[in-house]
Amino acid sequence: MDDILNKLSHCIEFGKTDRASPWPPDMKDQDGAHELALKALELGHSPDLILESLVAGMEVVGRKFSENKIFVPQMLMSAKAMKAAMEHLKPAFESGRAKRKGIFVIGTVQGDLHDIGKNIVAMYIEGNGYEVVDLGVDVKPEQFLAEIEKRPECVVGLSALLTTTMINMKRTVALIREKHPNQVICVGGAPVTEKFCRDINADFYSPDPQGAVTFLNKLAS
Amino acid sequence: MTPLSRKGWIELCLRPPVILDGAWGSLLQQRGLPAGTAPEAWNLTHPGEVLAAGKAYVQAGSQIILTNTFGGTQISLARHGLAEQTFEINRTGAELSKRAAGSEALVFGSIGPTGTMLMMGEITSTRMSEAFLEQANALKEGGADGLVIETMSDLEEAVLATRAAAATGLPVVSCMVFDSGPQNHHTMMGITPAQAADAFEKAGAWAVGANCGRGPDDFLPLCHAFRAATRLPLWMKPNAGLPEIEDGKTVYRMTAGEFAELVRPLWEQGGAAFIGGCCGTDPSFIHALQTNPPA
Repeated sequence: MDDILNKLSHCIEFGKTDRASPWPPDMKDQDGAHELALKALELGHSPDLILESLVAGMEVVGRKFSENKIFVPQMLMSAKAMKAAMEHLKPAFESGRAKRKGIFVIGTVQGDLHDIGKNIVAMYIEGNGYEVVDLGVDVKPEQFLAEIEKRPECVVGLSALLTTTMINMKRTVALIREKHPNQVICVGGAPVTEKFCRDINADFYSPDPQGAVTFLNKLAS
Repeated sequence: MTPLSRKGWIELCLRPPVILDGAWGSLLQQRGLPAGTAPEAWNLTHPGEVLAAGKAYVQAGSQIILTNTFGGTQISLARHGLAEQTFEINRTGAELSKRAAGSEALVFGSIGPTGTMLMMGEITSTRMSEAFLEQANALKEGGADGLVIETMSDLEEAVLATRAAAATGLPVVSCMVFDSGPQNHHTMMGITPAQAADAFEKAGAWAVGANCGRGPDDFLPLCHAFRAATRLPLWMKPNAGLPEIEDGKTVYRMTAGEFAELVRPLWEQGGAAFIGGCCGTDPSFIHALQTNPPA
């Protein structure tokens, strides 16, 4: 792989967003994902190839997270760097010259106003090359349904932080299943477990964002 | 009961275990609080129910009860359209707990996370500090004997809250939730008990500890990790394990007796001065801690 693409992967792995960013301290005053993505395009690298090197960096992040070597803050900085680089690739995706891996529709279920966990997952999935539609917090089952009808190929992600609102996940899944029995639905959030996922007839649960990306990648491949 | 002096605090810490309270939100829900609404609003709209929850813990043997103000920063209350009532909600929360406590117990005002992330640039540290200070002052005005910062994941946010609470001059307890990493010994943001203890001590905390989490069996190793890092008294309030859903209802499988069996050693072996419960516990769990005192 080209030197600049290697550098780009490195920036994603360590969360270097742009030259001005103080994070990580040992990369101070160096080019970040923002500058390098722009340069890579100027040098004539294809958007697909650039995306590939971004995702390669993100895969290392996911592995380190699974191995407990890094935590949420480092993962978020990587996702932020990824987002900065992706901004430059957007025109190529929008014109159809390059392809996103898929569409992920995410929201916190009705009655629940928590968005940190949902935002982390949204950012991380977007950082892994997916288009993310964020419906926000306190999302009614009907809103999920409307979005699915607009984007039939999407995967849906439901979030809940409270034991008192996770019940609404069940209602949301039931309503979606009624109309779209094969819709892929992922669930997550502090009180959610594998067993709960099975009990409410959802398809996938992961305790961390990397698990969701691994699952989506499998579906997309 | 007279306000808690430094001397009174030391005397309290020398007579462990000091029995704390358990979960409040679920008690209020049993009394009709709808799921997803802000429990703190009930301080103004349903004071009798909040008072009854506090009394239930005092009757169960809590020597310190908290306040129904966990989500009581202006930042959290704004999500429910209650920003303008922030001071009143917190002051009333402290007053209600003081009434419930009478001369039987002390009251520590509960301060939880704001639900925003500093590192993502969602909020400035100045704005966050102001919100914590407003809440801490209101709790003090309502008569709180101390303040407890709880369920924190981000050290920077927890330190801002600790500093704001310490500025009131009241005793301050600072806790985080350790539920990530190997053996659940890190917070979601990767903070260890040693890092937390060090930062909280410097920020002016009188005691440090852990609450919530994945279950009481994680807490004895957490006590040891805190003990190795600080000489401050330890405050431990674990969950009754993780919940399950049964017939559309949230169920915690752990019984009060099982909980007490796991929590008592936090004092006996872990050196915790303060023990109580978090999610999934109720007055019967606190009673179990109380009525089976360690030999």
